[in-house]
Amino acid sequence: MHIYLPIAEVSANAYVLFGLGGLVGILSGMFGVGGGFLMTPLLFFIGIPPAVAVATEANQIVASSFSGVLAHLKRKTVDLKMGTVLLVGGLIGAALGVMIFNYLKSLGQVDLLVKLCYVVFLGVVGSLMFLESLNAIRKSKKAVSVPKKRGRSWVHALPLKMRFRTSGLYISVIPPVLVGLFVGILAAIMGVGGGFVMVPAMIYILGMPTKVVVGTSLFQIIFVTGFTTMLHATTNYTVDIALAVLLLVGGVIGAQIGTRIGVYLKAEQLRILLAIMVIAVCLKLGLDLIIMPSELYSIGAAGGH
Amino acid sequence: MILRALVLLLLTALPATAEEVVLGMSSDTISITTNFDGSELLVFGAVKREAPIAQGDPLEVIIAVAGPSEPLTMHRKDKKLGIWVNADAVEIDLAPSFYAIATTGPFTEVLSDVEDLRHKVSIPRAIRSVGAPMTVSDSQSFTEALIRIRSENGLYQLNEGTVSLDEQTLFRTSVELPADLTEGDYTTRIFLTRGGTVVSSFETSLDVRKVGLEKFLFDLSRQQPMIYGIMSLAIAIIAGWGASAAFQLLRRQ
Repeated sequence: MHIYLPIAEVSANAYVLFGLGGLVGILSGMFGVGGGFLMTPLLFFIGIPPAVAVATEANQIVASSFSGVLAHLKRKTVDLKMGTVLLVGGLIGAALGVMIFNYLKSLGQVDLLVKLCYVVFLGVVGSLMFLESLNAIRKSKKAVSVPKKRGRSWVHALPLKMRFRTSGLYISVIPPVLVGLFVGILAAIMGVGGGFVMVPAMIYILGMPTKVVVGTSLFQIIFVTGFTTMLHATTNYTVDIALAVLLLVGGVIGAQIGTRIGVYLKAEQLRILLAIMVIAVCLKLGLDLIIMPSELYSIGAAGGH
Repeated sequence: MILRALVLLLLTALPATAEEVVLGMSSDTISITTNFDGSELLVFGAVKREAPIAQGDPLEVIIAVAGPSEPLTMHRKDKKLGIWVNADAVEIDLAPSFYAIATTGPFTEVLSDVEDLRHKVSIPRAIRSVGAPMTVSDSQSFTEALIRIRSENGLYQLNEGTVSLDEQTLFRTSVELPADLTEGDYTTRIFLTRGGTVVSSFETSLDVRKVGLEKFLFDLSRQQPMIYGIMSLAIAIIAGWGASAAFQLLRRQ
């Protein structure tokens, strides 16, 4: 069944969109990630204009993270204070990101920007995750556990310290604001929640306890992607609600199935699978940039130069 | 003297008014709805004449359906630092979003180049491109690329020999309208030609509109983007929450 997407102004198969949402949902349920970094490139591949894909995906992330945050709030695993500090950075970052996005759109380079960002981030995150989970598997085979040491790093030397009770931290607000800022830019440009950058940053840079990391990052993601959605909707008119709802319903159902599949797999195996997938998407996008395209020309909106 | 002038007037006036188009179309509005999957537009008509069919070159019919024109920018990729990036750009002043030509015979035979130039019938002539920046020397290839890309997507069509003409009087053709039509006023032009020269032409318009929910969402997103954005967030949150709540309910049972 074909459905006409009013904002994207293309006609797409509703079952394909629904299935795509479901597939990414299964993966996100299995791995506990948002899935935006997989969904947005997949939307490019089926012919949704990149600007619409990024903005709509931001809208979808708000919705798919919402029930997650509620669950975390109930379990009190959200550091609201830290979340707010991250959010301040995130909102500034999202505004900056949308400005960069719109500037490059006027230059006709927005596709390149989005794709390059994907190649770089997916490449870095994928390889790090791959190496780390390989190490973890090797260590678990040797059955030697190395106690984690969390030394006092440069993070503790910065001014403007604040106490974060839920996380049990007393650190400067500068690093979390910077982390939030960076993730906000990514959200606006790439149409991702940024959990795959923020979660490692919260653990390794800020030294937050793992227990509160996911809830707090979801809390920040909801507001940042919500803000991004509003910015894209008011400046670019590229949020397609029909597309978002289709992806979303498939995604929520897929996530529930994925969570159950995830139970049967070990954490290291899951992470290595995810790493392989991230690297695969990165390679596909990277090759598209390197291999000579079959059509060198493209049609863009007027006004740009 | 008066008689001679009258004869002369008749002679010059006759070819232009001797054959006229009476036109019908399967619809004068196309509604883009949720399940719009392209459409077929039937264009048919008759040639009205008050004199017997003229001898000589046979009558030919050209039907051109054009969507609303808009300016756009063509980008060309070039390899820079190992990756393919948009490098040169050429602005096209006006290009129809949709353009389909149907003829009774090979295009170059039914319409001469001079007449094409005058009436701007062929696809390249329907596109207006004034100037390219100094850095681009081959601006022609940008226009060609535009035609190539839009032809591949079914947005530009040249269908030679698809107009059927009976007894040099009744003609009909069908035009495939693709799924991704741009909203707006479409014009349908009919040309009757003899020996490559236009003897009569007729123009009518076709309304392509988004209707129902599509129209509502599209208009809201342009006119009240703030409200549209808030509504999108609210709908998405409710849908996401609702779907997961429904799933939890199912699981408990």
